[in-house]
Amino acid sequence: MKAKNIIEPGRESQTVVSASRIILTLAIAGLISGVAIVGIYEATFDTIAENRARELRDAVFTVLPGIDSMREMVYREGQLVEGKAAIEEPSVYAGYDSSGEFKGYAIPARGPGFQDTIVLLYGYRMDTGRIVGMQVLESRETPGLGDKIFKDPEFVAEFNSLEVQPGIVLVKGGSRAGNEVDAITGATISSRAVVRIINQANEKWLSKLTLQHPIRSNGKGEK
Amino acid sequence: MVKASQQEYEELIKGIWRDNPVFAQVLGMCPMLAVTNSAINAIAMGGATFFVLVGSSFLVAAFKSWIPKQVRISCFIIIIATFVTVADYTLLALIPGVHKELGAFIPLIVANCLILGRQEAFASKSTIRLALLDAIGMAAGFMLALLMLGAVREILGDGALFGIKLFGTQFEPWVIMILPPGGFLTLGLLLLLFNWLAVKRRKFLDEVIKAERGQS
Repeated sequence: MKAKNIIEPGRESQTVVSASRIILTLAIAGLISGVAIVGIYEATFDTIAENRARELRDAVFTVLPGIDSMREMVYREGQLVEGKAAIEEPSVYAGYDSSGEFKGYAIPARGPGFQDTIVLLYGYRMDTGRIVGMQVLESRETPGLGDKIFKDPEFVAEFNSLEVQPGIVLVKGGSRAGNEVDAITGATISSRAVVRIINQANEKWLSKLTLQHPIRSNGKGEK
Repeated sequence: MVKASQQEYEELIKGIWRDNPVFAQVLGMCPMLAVTNSAINAIAMGGATFFVLVGSSFLVAAFKSWIPKQVRISCFIIIIATFVTVADYTLLALIPGVHKELGAFIPLIVANCLILGRQEAFASKSTIRLALLDAIGMAAGFMLALLMLGAVREILGDGALFGIKLFGTQFEPWVIMILPPGGFLTLGLLLLLFNWLAVKRRKFLDEVIKAERGQS
Protein backbone atom coordinates (compact mmCIF):
# COMPACT_ATOMS: atom_id res chain seq x y z
CA MET A 1 0.00 0.00 0.00
CA LYS A 2 1.20 3.48 -0.82
CA ALA A 3 2.36 5.73 1.99
CA LYS A 4 0.00 8.50 0.92
CA ASN A 5 -2.91 6.21 1.69
CA ILE A 6 -1.92 5.66 5.29
CA ILE A 7 -1.54 9.30 6.33
CA GLU A 8 -4.71 10.47 8.02
CA PRO A 9 -5.82 13.85 6.69
CA GLY A 10 -6.72 16.41 9.37
CA ARG A 11 -10.08 16.90 7.75
CA GLU A 12 -12.17 16.35 10.85
CA SER A 13 -9.57 15.74 13.52
CA GLN A 14 -9.53 19.43 14.53
CA THR A 15 -13.28 19.90 14.70
CA VAL A 16 -14.95 18.83 17.92
CA VAL A 17 -17.84 16.48 17.31
CA SER A 18 -20.49 16.32 20.00
CA ALA A 19 -21.39 13.00 21.56
CA SER A 20 -25.02 13.33 20.52
CA ARG A 21 -23.98 13.70 16.86
CA ILE A 22 -21.94 10.47 17.13
CA ILE A 23 -24.82 8.61 18.76
CA LEU A 24 -27.26 9.95 16.19
CA THR A 25 -25.05 8.89 13.28
CA LEU A 26 -24.67 5.35 14.60
CA ALA A 27 -28.36 5.09 15.42
CA ILE A 28 -29.38 6.19 11.92
CA ALA A 29 -26.83 3.85 10.32
CA GLY A 30 -28.08 0.96 12.45
CA LEU A 31 -31.70 1.76 11.69
CA ILE A 32 -31.17 1.89 7.92
CA SER A 33 -29.12 -1.30 8.07
CA GLY A 34 -31.83 -3.04 10.10
CA VAL A 35 -34.53 -2.05 7.64
CA ALA A 36 -32.40 -3.26 4.73
CA ILE A 37 -31.76 -6.62 6.38
CA VAL A 38 -35.43 -7.15 7.24
CA GLY A 39 -36.27 -6.23 3.65
CA ILE A 40 -33.94 -8.77 2.09
CA TYR A 41 -35.03 -11.43 4.61
CA GLU A 42 -38.67 -10.91 3.70
CA ALA A 43 -37.90 -10.74 -0.02
CA THR A 44 -36.00 -14.03 -0.11
CA PHE A 45 -37.92 -15.95 2.58
CA ASP A 46 -40.39 -17.69 0.24
CA THR A 47 -37.74 -18.71 -2.28
CA ILE A 48 -35.48 -20.10 0.43
CA ALA A 49 -38.31 -22.08 2.06
CA GLU A 50 -39.32 -23.37 -1.38
CA ASN A 51 -35.74 -24.43 -2.15
CA ARG A 52 -35.51 -26.31 1.15
CA ALA A 53 -38.83 -28.09 0.61
CA ARG A 54 -37.89 -29.04 -2.96
CA GLU A 55 -34.50 -30.31 -1.85
CA LEU A 56 -36.15 -32.55 0.76
CA ARG A 57 -38.80 -33.77 -1.68
CA ASP A 58 -36.13 -34.59 -4.27
CA ALA A 59 -34.17 -36.50 -1.62
CA VAL A 60 -37.24 -38.51 -0.53
CA PHE A 61 -38.02 -39.38 -4.16
CA THR A 62 -34.38 -40.45 -4.70
CA VAL A 63 -34.14 -42.77 -1.71
CA LEU A 64 -37.55 -44.37 -2.35
CA PRO A 65 -37.42 -45.27 -6.05
CA GLY A 66 -40.77 -45.61 -7.79
CA ILE A 67 -42.82 -43.36 -5.55
CA ASP A 68 -45.13 -40.66 -6.82
CA SER A 69 -46.23 -38.77 -3.72
CA MET A 70 -45.17 -38.38 -0.10
CA ARG A 71 -46.60 -37.46 3.30
CA GLU A 72 -44.87 -36.39 6.47
CA MET A 73 -45.58 -38.72 9.40
CA VAL A 74 -44.97 -37.67 12.99
CA TYR A 75 -44.46 -40.03 15.93
CA ARG A 76 -46.82 -38.60 18.52
CA GLU A 77 -48.18 -40.23 21.69
CA GLY A 78 -47.01 -43.71 20.80
CA GLN A 79 -48.17 -43.84 17.19
CA LEU A 80 -47.42 -42.56 13.73
CA VAL A 81 -49.81 -39.89 12.57
CA GLU A 82 -49.83 -37.69 9.54
CA GLY A 83 -48.84 -34.11 10.14
CA LYS A 84 -46.17 -31.49 10.16
CA ALA A 85 -43.45 -32.11 12.73
CA ALA A 86 -42.75 -29.45 15.33
CA ILE A 87 -39.12 -28.61 16.04
CA GLU A 88 -37.27 -31.58 17.60
CA GLU A 89 -40.27 -33.85 17.02
CA PRO A 90 -39.30 -37.14 15.32
CA SER A 91 -40.80 -37.57 11.86
CA VAL A 92 -40.45 -39.74 8.74
CA TYR A 93 -41.85 -39.50 5.22
CA ALA A 94 -44.18 -42.11 3.81
CA GLY A 95 -43.97 -42.66 0.06
CA TYR A 96 -46.78 -43.88 -2.23
CA ASP A 97 -46.68 -44.98 -5.85
CA SER A 98 -48.94 -43.64 -8.60
CA SER A 99 -51.83 -45.97 -7.65
CA GLY A 100 -51.75 -44.75 -4.04
CA GLU A 101 -50.07 -47.92 -2.79
CA PHE A 102 -47.84 -47.44 0.25
CA LYS A 103 -44.24 -48.20 -0.74
CA GLY A 104 -41.98 -47.36 2.20
CA TYR A 105 -40.58 -44.79 4.56
CA ALA A 106 -37.84 -42.22 4.05
CA ILE A 107 -36.11 -41.82 7.40
CA PRO A 108 -33.98 -38.76 8.24
CA ALA A 109 -31.03 -39.40 10.54
CA ARG A 110 -28.08 -37.47 11.88
CA GLY A 111 -24.92 -38.14 13.81
CA PRO A 112 -21.28 -37.16 14.16
CA GLY A 113 -19.03 -37.68 11.13
CA PHE A 114 -15.30 -37.12 10.80
CA GLN A 115 -15.54 -33.30 10.79
CA ASP A 116 -19.05 -32.29 11.67
CA THR A 117 -22.59 -33.66 11.92
CA ILE A 118 -23.69 -35.74 8.94
CA VAL A 119 -27.37 -35.44 8.09
CA LEU A 120 -28.75 -38.09 5.76
CA LEU A 121 -31.97 -39.61 4.53
CA TYR A 122 -32.55 -43.27 3.68
CA GLY A 123 -35.43 -45.18 2.21
CA TYR A 124 -36.75 -48.29 3.97
CA ARG A 125 -39.16 -50.84 2.51
CA MET A 126 -41.31 -52.55 5.17
CA ASP A 127 -42.29 -55.50 2.94
CA THR A 128 -38.72 -56.56 2.08
CA GLY A 129 -37.05 -55.26 5.21
CA ARG A 130 -34.38 -53.59 3.11
CA ILE A 131 -32.89 -50.16 2.72
CA VAL A 132 -33.47 -49.09 -0.87
CA GLY A 133 -31.56 -45.81 -1.07
CA MET A 134 -29.48 -43.33 0.86
CA GLN A 135 -28.65 -39.67 0.32
CA VAL A 136 -26.41 -37.40 2.39
CA LEU A 137 -28.14 -34.05 2.94
CA GLU A 138 -25.52 -32.17 4.95
CA SER A 139 -21.89 -32.90 5.74
CA ARG A 140 -18.53 -31.23 6.11
CA GLU A 141 -16.38 -34.28 5.44
CA THR A 142 -12.87 -33.76 4.01
CA PRO A 143 -13.03 -32.79 0.34
CA GLY A 144 -11.56 -35.52 -1.85
CA LEU A 145 -11.66 -38.18 0.89
CA GLY A 146 -14.61 -38.16 3.28
CA ASP A 147 -16.92 -36.50 0.78
CA LYS A 148 -16.89 -39.75 -1.18
CA ILE A 149 -19.76 -40.87 1.08
CA PHE A 150 -21.97 -38.93 -1.35
CA LYS A 151 -19.67 -38.41 -4.36
CA ASP A 152 -18.63 -42.05 -4.86
CA PRO A 153 -21.47 -43.73 -6.82
CA GLU A 154 -20.26 -47.21 -5.82
CA PHE A 155 -20.54 -46.43 -2.11
CA VAL A 156 -23.97 -44.83 -2.50
CA ALA A 157 -25.11 -47.87 -4.54
CA GLU A 158 -24.24 -50.14 -1.58
CA PHE A 159 -27.41 -48.82 0.05
CA ASN A 160 -29.72 -49.63 -2.86
CA SER A 161 -30.61 -53.06 -1.48
CA LEU A 162 -29.34 -53.58 2.01
CA GLU A 163 -30.68 -55.87 4.70
CA VAL A 164 -31.03 -54.23 8.09
CA GLN A 165 -31.19 -57.41 10.21
CA PRO A 166 -29.18 -58.13 12.31
CA GLY A 167 -27.63 -54.70 11.77
CA ILE A 168 -25.50 -53.22 8.97
CA VAL A 169 -21.83 -54.18 9.07
CA LEU A 170 -18.96 -52.22 7.53
CA VAL A 171 -16.39 -54.45 5.81
CA LYS A 172 -13.23 -53.86 3.79
CA GLY A 173 -12.38 -55.43 0.46
CA GLY A 174 -15.83 -55.98 -1.00
CA SER A 175 -19.22 -56.60 0.54
CA ARG A 176 -20.65 -60.12 0.19
CA ALA A 177 -23.51 -60.67 2.62
CA GLY A 178 -26.80 -58.80 2.28
CA ASN A 179 -26.17 -56.62 5.30
CA GLU A 180 -22.58 -55.65 4.47
CA VAL A 181 -21.32 -52.29 3.21
CA ASP A 182 -17.86 -51.94 1.63
CA ALA A 183 -15.86 -49.13 3.26
CA ILE A 184 -14.33 -46.40 1.06
CA THR A 185 -10.54 -46.58 0.88
CA GLY A 186 -9.16 -43.50 2.61
CA ALA A 187 -12.51 -42.61 4.17
CA THR A 188 -13.06 -45.45 6.63
CA ILE A 189 -14.13 -43.13 9.44
CA SER A 190 -16.74 -41.35 7.30
CA SER A 191 -18.02 -44.68 5.95
CA ARG A 192 -18.27 -46.05 9.48
CA ALA A 193 -20.12 -42.90 10.56
CA VAL A 194 -22.75 -43.38 7.84
CA VAL A 195 -23.31 -47.01 8.83
CA ARG A 196 -23.48 -46.12 12.52
CA ILE A 197 -25.98 -43.29 11.91
CA ILE A 198 -28.26 -45.63 9.95
CA ASN A 199 -28.00 -48.41 12.53
CA GLN A 200 -28.89 -45.99 15.34
CA ALA A 201 -31.84 -44.61 13.39
CA ASN A 202 -33.03 -48.16 12.67
CA GLU A 203 -32.91 -48.99 16.36
CA LYS A 204 -35.01 -45.92 17.08
CA TRP A 205 -37.51 -46.25 14.25
CA LEU A 206 -38.04 -49.83 13.07
CA SER A 207 -40.20 -50.84 16.02
CA LYS A 208 -42.35 -47.73 15.57
CA LEU A 209 -43.05 -48.12 11.86
CA THR A 210 -46.17 -50.02 10.84
CA LEU A 211 -46.45 -52.17 7.73
CA GLN A 212 -50.19 -51.72 7.25
CA HIS A 213 -50.20 -48.01 6.91
CA PRO A 214 -53.25 -46.53 8.68
CA ILE A 215 -53.84 -43.80 6.14
CA ARG A 216 -54.06 -44.76 2.50
CA SER A 217 -53.00 -42.08 0.14
CA ASN A 218 -55.88 -40.82 -1.96
CA GLY A 219 -53.47 -39.44 -4.49
CA LYS A 220 -53.68 -35.98 -3.03
CA GLY A 221 -50.37 -36.28 -1.25
CA GLU A 222 -47.63 -33.76 -1.74
CA LYS A 223 -46.34 -34.15 -5.27
CA MET B 1 -19.97 9.92 -21.86
CA VAL B 2 -17.28 11.93 -20.17
CA LYS B 3 -13.86 10.99 -21.45
CA ALA B 4 -12.03 9.05 -18.77
CA SER B 5 -9.03 10.89 -17.47
CA GLN B 6 -5.66 9.23 -16.95
CA GLN B 7 -6.17 9.17 -13.18
CA GLU B 8 -9.55 7.48 -13.42
CA TYR B 9 -8.10 4.83 -15.69
CA GLU B 10 -5.22 4.33 -13.26
CA GLU B 11 -7.58 3.84 -10.28
CA LEU B 12 -9.56 1.25 -12.18
CA ILE B 13 -6.65 -0.71 -13.56
CA LYS B 14 -4.28 -0.72 -10.57
CA GLY B 15 -6.24 -3.28 -8.55
CA ILE B 16 -6.27 -5.86 -11.30
CA TRP B 17 -2.56 -6.47 -11.53
CA ARG B 18 -0.05 -3.94 -10.15
CA ASP B 19 -1.70 -3.45 -6.74
CA ASN B 20 -3.60 -6.74 -6.84
CA PRO B 21 -5.20 -7.21 -3.39
CA VAL B 22 -3.94 -10.77 -3.13
CA PHE B 23 -0.63 -10.87 -4.98
CA ALA B 24 0.67 -7.38 -4.17
CA GLN B 25 -1.07 -6.41 -0.92
CA VAL B 26 -1.54 -9.96 0.43
CA LEU B 27 -4.96 -9.09 1.86
CA GLY B 28 -8.06 -11.26 2.25
CA MET B 29 -6.12 -14.47 2.75
CA CYS B 30 -8.84 -16.24 4.76
CA PRO B 31 -11.44 -16.61 1.97
CA MET B 32 -8.58 -16.87 -0.51
CA LEU B 33 -7.31 -20.10 1.01
CA ALA B 34 -10.57 -21.49 2.35
CA VAL B 35 -12.98 -21.49 -0.58
CA THR B 36 -10.74 -21.90 -3.62
CA ASN B 37 -10.95 -25.69 -3.85
CA SER B 38 -13.00 -25.35 -7.02
CA ALA B 39 -13.33 -22.72 -9.73
CA ILE B 40 -17.08 -22.28 -9.27
CA ASN B 41 -16.68 -21.60 -5.54
CA ALA B 42 -13.97 -19.07 -6.36
CA ILE B 43 -16.30 -17.27 -8.79
CA ALA B 44 -19.16 -17.21 -6.28
CA MET B 45 -16.94 -15.87 -3.52
CA GLY B 46 -15.43 -13.34 -5.94
CA GLY B 47 -18.89 -12.24 -7.04
CA ALA B 48 -20.12 -11.79 -3.46
CA THR B 49 -16.99 -9.82 -2.54
CA PHE B 50 -17.39 -7.70 -5.69
CA PHE B 51 -20.95 -6.79 -4.73
CA VAL B 52 -20.04 -5.98 -1.12
CA LEU B 53 -16.92 -3.96 -2.00
CA VAL B 54 -18.52 -1.89 -4.76
CA GLY B 55 -21.69 -1.30 -2.75
CA SER B 56 -19.95 -0.23 0.45
CA SER B 57 -17.36 1.90 -1.37
CA PHE B 58 -20.20 3.79 -3.02
CA LEU B 59 -22.02 4.43 0.26
CA VAL B 60 -18.88 5.32 2.18
CA ALA B 61 -17.80 7.80 -0.50
CA ALA B 62 -21.32 9.25 -0.66
CA PHE B 63 -21.67 9.78 3.09
CA LYS B 64 -18.04 10.47 3.96
CA SER B 65 -18.64 14.06 5.12
CA TRP B 66 -21.54 13.03 7.39
CA ILE B 67 -19.69 10.31 9.27
CA PRO B 68 -17.82 11.62 12.34
CA LYS B 69 -14.19 10.51 12.32
CA GLN B 70 -14.44 8.93 15.78
CA VAL B 71 -17.01 6.33 14.70
CA ARG B 72 -16.01 5.92 11.07
CA ILE B 73 -14.87 2.31 11.49
CA SER B 74 -18.17 1.35 13.17
CA CYS B 75 -20.08 2.99 10.34
CA PHE B 76 -18.00 1.21 7.71
CA ILE B 77 -18.64 -2.11 9.43
CA ILE B 78 -22.40 -1.47 9.61
CA ILE B 79 -22.45 -0.67 5.89
CA ILE B 80 -20.30 -3.69 4.98
CA ALA B 81 -22.28 -6.07 7.22
CA THR B 82 -25.54 -4.96 5.64
CA PHE B 83 -24.25 -5.67 2.15
CA VAL B 84 -22.86 -9.03 3.28
CA THR B 85 -26.25 -10.03 4.73
CA VAL B 86 -27.94 -9.05 1.48
CA ALA B 87 -25.40 -11.11 -0.50
CA ASP B 88 -25.83 -14.04 1.91
CA TYR B 89 -29.62 -14.23 1.52
CA THR B 90 -29.47 -13.61 -2.22
CA LEU B 91 -27.04 -16.49 -2.74
CA LEU B 92 -29.13 -18.73 -0.47
CA ALA B 93 -32.24 -17.98 -2.52
CA LEU B 94 -30.69 -18.13 -5.99
CA ILE B 95 -27.93 -20.77 -5.84
CA PRO B 96 -28.41 -22.82 -2.64
CA GLY B 97 -25.92 -25.45 -3.78
CA VAL B 98 -23.03 -23.00 -3.99
CA HIS B 99 -24.14 -21.32 -0.76
CA LYS B 100 -23.90 -24.69 0.99
CA GLU B 101 -20.33 -25.17 -0.27
CA LEU B 102 -19.20 -21.72 0.83
CA GLY B 103 -20.91 -22.10 4.20
CA ALA B 104 -19.61 -19.79 6.90
CA PHE B 105 -17.30 -17.93 4.54
CA ILE B 106 -20.07 -15.72 3.14
CA PRO B 107 -20.82 -14.06 6.52
CA LEU B 108 -17.06 -13.89 7.07
CA ILE B 109 -16.71 -11.44 4.15
CA VAL B 110 -17.45 -8.82 6.84
CA ALA B 111 -14.05 -9.60 8.31
CA ASN B 112 -12.24 -9.51 4.96
CA CYS B 113 -9.59 -6.84 5.54
CA LEU B 114 -9.52 -6.02 1.83
CA ILE B 115 -12.98 -4.45 2.06
CA LEU B 116 -12.48 -2.46 5.26
CA GLY B 117 -9.02 -1.53 3.97
CA ARG B 118 -10.39 0.04 0.79
CA GLN B 119 -12.98 2.06 2.77
CA GLU B 120 -10.40 3.39 5.21
CA ALA B 121 -7.61 3.94 2.68
CA PHE B 122 -9.52 5.10 -0.35
CA ALA B 123 -13.32 5.43 -0.43
CA SER B 124 -13.54 7.65 2.67
CA LYS B 125 -11.22 10.19 1.01
CA SER B 126 -12.26 10.32 -2.59
CA THR B 127 -15.15 11.18 -4.84
CA ILE B 128 -17.89 8.65 -5.50
CA ARG B 129 -16.68 8.19 -9.07
CA LEU B 130 -13.09 7.41 -8.11
CA ALA B 131 -14.19 5.21 -5.19
CA LEU B 132 -16.38 3.16 -7.50
CA LEU B 133 -13.59 2.75 -10.07
CA ASP B 134 -11.14 1.75 -7.34
CA ALA B 135 -13.61 -0.75 -5.84
CA ILE B 136 -14.39 -2.31 -9.23
CA GLY B 137 -10.69 -2.67 -10.03
CA MET B 138 -9.81 -4.14 -6.63
CA ALA B 139 -12.75 -6.55 -6.62
CA ALA B 140 -11.94 -7.67 -10.15
CA GLY B 141 -8.33 -8.24 -9.11
CA PHE B 142 -9.50 -10.24 -6.09
CA MET B 143 -11.80 -12.33 -8.25
CA LEU B 144 -9.01 -12.93 -10.76
CA ALA B 145 -6.71 -14.14 -7.99
CA LEU B 146 -9.42 -16.39 -6.51
CA LEU B 147 -10.14 -17.85 -9.92
CA MET B 148 -6.46 -18.52 -10.67
CA LEU B 149 -6.06 -20.35 -7.37
CA GLY B 150 -9.39 -22.17 -7.70
CA ALA B 151 -8.69 -23.31 -11.26
CA VAL B 152 -5.20 -24.62 -10.45
CA ARG B 153 -6.45 -26.46 -7.38
CA GLU B 154 -9.49 -27.95 -9.08
CA ILE B 155 -7.54 -29.13 -12.13
CA LEU B 156 -4.84 -30.82 -10.06
CA GLY B 157 -6.94 -31.90 -7.10
CA ASP B 158 -10.05 -33.11 -8.89
CA GLY B 159 -8.99 -33.46 -12.54
CA ALA B 160 -11.80 -31.10 -13.52
CA LEU B 161 -12.57 -27.46 -14.26
CA PHE B 162 -16.01 -25.99 -13.43
CA GLY B 163 -17.05 -29.56 -12.62
CA ILE B 164 -16.19 -30.87 -16.10
CA LYS B 165 -13.73 -33.76 -16.01
CA LEU B 166 -10.65 -32.89 -18.08
CA PHE B 167 -8.74 -36.14 -17.95
CA GLY B 168 -9.80 -39.73 -18.36
CA THR B 169 -10.39 -42.15 -15.53
CA GLN B 170 -6.66 -42.93 -15.51
CA PHE B 171 -5.89 -39.60 -13.82
CA GLU B 172 -5.34 -39.98 -10.09
CA PRO B 173 -6.33 -36.63 -8.45
CA TRP B 174 -3.80 -35.00 -6.13
CA VAL B 175 -6.15 -34.89 -3.18
CA ILE B 176 -3.66 -32.68 -1.29
CA MET B 177 -4.41 -29.81 -3.69
CA ILE B 178 -8.03 -29.39 -2.57
CA LEU B 179 -7.09 -29.79 1.08
CA PRO B 180 -5.78 -26.72 3.00
CA PRO B 181 -2.05 -27.47 2.36
CA GLY B 182 -2.73 -27.34 -1.38
CA GLY B 183 -4.08 -23.82 -0.93
CA PHE B 184 -0.90 -22.67 0.76
CA LEU B 185 1.31 -24.38 -1.84
CA THR B 186 -0.59 -22.89 -4.79
CA LEU B 187 -0.73 -19.43 -3.23
CA GLY B 188 3.01 -19.53 -2.53
CA LEU B 189 3.82 -20.52 -6.10
CA LEU B 190 1.51 -17.87 -7.55
CA LEU B 191 3.09 -15.19 -5.31
CA LEU B 192 6.50 -16.33 -6.56
CA LEU B 193 5.33 -16.02 -10.15
CA PHE B 194 3.79 -12.59 -9.54
CA ASN B 195 6.92 -11.21 -7.91
CA TRP B 196 9.18 -12.74 -10.57
CA LEU B 197 7.11 -11.04 -13.27
CA ALA B 198 7.17 -7.74 -11.34
CA VAL B 199 10.99 -7.87 -11.09
CA LYS B 200 11.32 -8.73 -14.78
CA ARG B 201 9.03 -5.86 -15.75
CA ARG B 202 11.00 -3.37 -13.65
CA LYS B 203 14.29 -4.51 -15.22
CA PHE B 204 12.78 -4.21 -18.68
CA LEU B 205 11.53 -0.68 -17.99
CA ASP B 206 14.95 0.31 -16.63
CA GLU B 207 16.57 -0.95 -19.80
CA VAL B 208 14.10 0.96 -21.96
CA ILE B 209 14.89 4.17 -20.07
CA LYS B 210 18.64 3.50 -20.41
CA ALA B 211 18.33 2.81 -24.11
CA GLU B 212 16.33 6.01 -24.62
CA ARG B 213 18.97 8.03 -22.79
CA GLY B 214 21.71 6.40 -24.84
CA GLN B 215 20.02 7.44 -28.05
CA SER B 216 19.37 11.06 -27.17
